[in-house]
Amino acid sequence: MYPVDGNAIAGTLFELLGAEMTDATGTCASCLEARPLGELAVYPGGPGIVVRCRSCDNVLMVLVEIRGITCVDLLGFTAVDPAPAS
Amino acid sequence: MLELVEEAPRVRSIVLDLPGWRGHRAGQHVDVRLTADDGYQAQRSYSIASSPEDRSVVLTVERLEDGEVSPYLVDELRVGDELELRGPVGGYFVWEASIGGPLLLVSGGSGIVPFRSMLRHRTATRSTVPVSLLYSARSLDSLIYHDEIMRLAVQDGIDVSVTLTGQHPAGWHGYTRRVDRDMLAEAGIPPAESPRTYICGPTGFVEAAATALVELGHDPSRIRTERFGGSGAQSSMIESTSEG
Repeated sequence: MYPVDGNAIAGTLFELLGAEMTDATGTCASCLEARPLGELAVYPGGPGIVVRCRSCDNVLMVLVEIRGITCVDLLGFTAVDPAPAS
Repeated sequence: MLELVEEAPRVRSIVLDLPGWRGHRAGQHVDVRLTADDGYQAQRSYSIASSPEDRSVVLTVERLEDGEVSPYLVDELRVGDELELRGPVGGYFVWEASIGGPLLLVSGGSGIVPFRSMLRHRTATRSTVPVSLLYSARSLDSLIYHDEIMRLAVQDGIDVSVTLTGQHPAGWHGYTRRVDRDMLAEAGIPPAESPRTYICGPTGFVEAAATALVELGHDPSRIRTERFGGSGAQSSMIESTSEG
């Protein structure tokens, strides 16, 4: 299955975190590559949404919604810097 | 829902009246959520086709044969119906006149939708940023915004190239192959001019175009991408569904 972009979960992230996150910068803890969240590889087809690094495929973030509660696991980032003010 | 516009076979624009809409930036999208009588929900993201300056918000949707949301939006929705929307969202795949250019836009199929917003925004703000638009479609019939694109093509500062990868009419002078490195070198903007580049289309299309541009010497940090995912014809960006 092909991944889509982080852009595709902009609405979900906004709802969860209260801010526009696609131009925030996430740094992968595995390969240290920093990219806008809008560029990350998103696999939305499973029971949850899995977000991976485009360079090394490391799992960065997992979002699972169950009975109206969304669990957010930011397991693979070493840093997430908020978006520059626009 | 105020109005429906047939853009191409299986493609329709939906004109919306959104009370309380706080405006959007060119390139942003909205999430559309449908809820069935039994509570089953399906949600998809659609790029906004109108510019921030347009009077109404417009979405352009392509029907996917196995889609859960697009068949309803393209075939069932009627004037006066209500839709549940979330947005505008997205801050990454955005272009505003203040960002400047030159602007290189590369689209495959319904990947043209966010670019229509950007190009209308450029016109509305009287921006003189030079634009090269490379648009890949299967046939002349499937070219979304055909008339508007043709009007843009004769404007100063906008260079439009169309490639038809399937059928093309007799006497067609445009490209007839998939977007490749030679086409991007010919119809694009040279890396020396440091264009702002946006690529939107199906995943395979975006990967191929982005790779070719980097091979040509373009700075990857000035290339922004938006992929549809799935097979070639998808116009929605996400397949997220939830039950209950």
